[in-house]
Amino acid sequence: MAILLDEKTAVIVQGFTGQIGSFHAQEMMEYGTHVVGGVTPGKGGTTHLGRPVFNTVKEAVEKTGAVASIIFVPAPFAGDGIMEAADAGIQYCVAITDGIPAHDMIRVKRYMRRYKMERRMRLTGPNCAGTISPERAMMGIMPGHIYMKGTVGIVGRSGTLGYEAASQMKAMGIGVTTSVGIGGDPINGSSFRDILELFEQDPETQAVVMIGEIGGPQEAEAAHFYKENMSKPLIGYIAGLTAPKGRRMGHAGAIISAFGESAAEKVEILQECGVTVVPNPAEFGNTVAEVLGKGN
Amino acid sequence: MEIHEYQAKELLASFGVSVPSGGLAYSPEQAVYRAKEIGGERWVVKAQIHSGARGKAGGIKVCASDKEIWEAAEDLLGMRLVTRQTGAQGKVVHRLYIEAATGIEREIYLGFVLDRAAERVAVVASAEGGMEIEEIAVERPQSILRVAVEPAVGMQEFQARELAFGLGLPPALMSQAVTTVMGAYRAMRDLDGTMVEINPLVVTKDGRLLALDAKMSFDDNALFRRPHIAELRDKSQEDPREMQASDRGLSYVGLEGNIGCIINGAGLAMATMDMIQHAGGEPANFLDIGGGASPERVAKAFRLVMSDERVQAMLVNIFAGINRCDWVAEGVVQAVQKLKPTIPLVVRLSGTHVEEGREILRGSGLPFIMAETLAEAAEKAVAAWKQVAGR
Repeated sequence: MAILLDEKTAVIVQGFTGQIGSFHAQEMMEYGTHVVGGVTPGKGGTTHLGRPVFNTVKEAVEKTGAVASIIFVPAPFAGDGIMEAADAGIQYCVAITDGIPAHDMIRVKRYMRRYKMERRMRLTGPNCAGTISPERAMMGIMPGHIYMKGTVGIVGRSGTLGYEAASQMKAMGIGVTTSVGIGGDPINGSSFRDILELFEQDPETQAVVMIGEIGGPQEAEAAHFYKENMSKPLIGYIAGLTAPKGRRMGHAGAIISAFGESAAEKVEILQECGVTVVPNPAEFGNTVAEVLGKGN
Repeated sequence: MEIHEYQAKELLASFGVSVPSGGLAYSPEQAVYRAKEIGGERWVVKAQIHSGARGKAGGIKVCASDKEIWEAAEDLLGMRLVTRQTGAQGKVVHRLYIEAATGIEREIYLGFVLDRAAERVAVVASAEGGMEIEEIAVERPQSILRVAVEPAVGMQEFQARELAFGLGLPPALMSQAVTTVMGAYRAMRDLDGTMVEINPLVVTKDGRLLALDAKMSFDDNALFRRPHIAELRDKSQEDPREMQASDRGLSYVGLEGNIGCIINGAGLAMATMDMIQHAGGEPANFLDIGGGASPERVAKAFRLVMSDERVQAMLVNIFAGINRCDWVAEGVVQAVQKLKPTIPLVVRLSGTHVEEGREILRGSGLPFIMAETLAEAAEKAVAAWKQVAGR
């Protein structure tokens, strides 16, 4: 088992017929993702990339049995698209869109809570590279070939830094169960802790790599979750040791604005909680190999 | 995006928050004229820069005559004001705000922030106004009151009352306090604010509640639907290179080191900077050219980094995914042929079609220093910089 996504997961694409949506939907299908259709309001009834297009998510779910959705909807409308997915009964949603207003995400998160736990949608992102279960399926914009199937879970904020970690691991023959991007925004669908919980429950995953950065409380929260609740080893990295306080480093959420949000402080919290810390970003592969060696 | 104090006060006043009467001035003449319009006997001449802690830096002057106002305005206009928040380079004063001086009975702190852990707007208040909230948190943590706003219904009046009573405000000020708290909250919500800070909010000697200083920040991602907020942007307060970058869709932060960085993705950019430091150097900048590194973006990034005189060596680190390495390499070669940088240039490509990409760089005849891994790239960049700098 991987988490969140495998080759049987029926996926729809919101923003299917747009340039970006089309390109990545094609890539996802070529990778083996079970894409069953897409949604573009006003283009319902047509066919795109050999798949049916629907006007609403509700209709797409009814006709295709889709359980997952990936969002390429432009930022001004993306919050609305996520809520539509939640209301239509989608179980897992990946929001790729970058630039969604923070107040929209506050509303989206509050809206998702109106559904009972059993039918509440899980959201990852926005502003992320997506989720991939190597050699099974991907919902995202990552280059699939850099990931090898295996037993290590990855969860991270950044796209390209996640690629760096995965390719260092692949070079050492270490594969991945699932890699989840939670995105670089201050208010996001799932936290590190949420994803760690899933990896802890997944029988195939033997260890987890967490790739964090400056800003926000989620890395520290995850470290405490690890200490209290996890049996599997956790390997952590925090980007931004050289980042000055109060400056936004690309990601909307990558800003040190409170105590405990700098890389040095987060690394300290990780170490206090017993997380194995990757000493520098060239050591992802080596550190994971060492931990797996010790574990076996 | 940040705005000036006077702009924040105008916005807050439109939501019912009481502010002292004041007016904007670009010259000593105007400053004196504004004081006449306002009336009274004592005025405050306040330098308008995007920073707090202006008082301690000499940016706020209390005046009691036309002559004093004229002199204060002459001193402040054009001055480079260095506060605790601006960094050593400071910010130049182009605008002054002239206000009626207020007789202060007591000072209160009132702030609204996006609470990332709670995923909602949080109100932070303290009876210890005038200090920065960080100082209050250290020195008088027990004085801090917190209220979280339920996003579905927004701030409720009982919450504003709880805050006001918690701050020890007398019943006579209750309705003003509720108007102030509710107004500031609505300004934050309706204008896509990321922060509203009224510090100090004062009780005047004649029993009024006034926002004596105000600060507001806005969500850049929401400016598309807030055109009247976007108009308030004052480019003179921004670092010219960072402004140039953001206008070109690049994300740039200038730093103090000598190794210029061009990287795709914010996380990888931060990690590469950390790697440079680990290898014994210091990055000159953070620069994220975006996940898809098109040749145009690469060229823009080169121009930007090369415009920084401190840069003595450059490191390009691109992890190509959907955009292939050969395509990125073409972009790098084109940029270098056109811009002809004279400093050493380390390039590390990885990802899709990496061999083809490296082949293009090698075949270009340009003096690229090639690196395969992140560690090698950082070490080579630091070594090249040390050679140039004679270290």
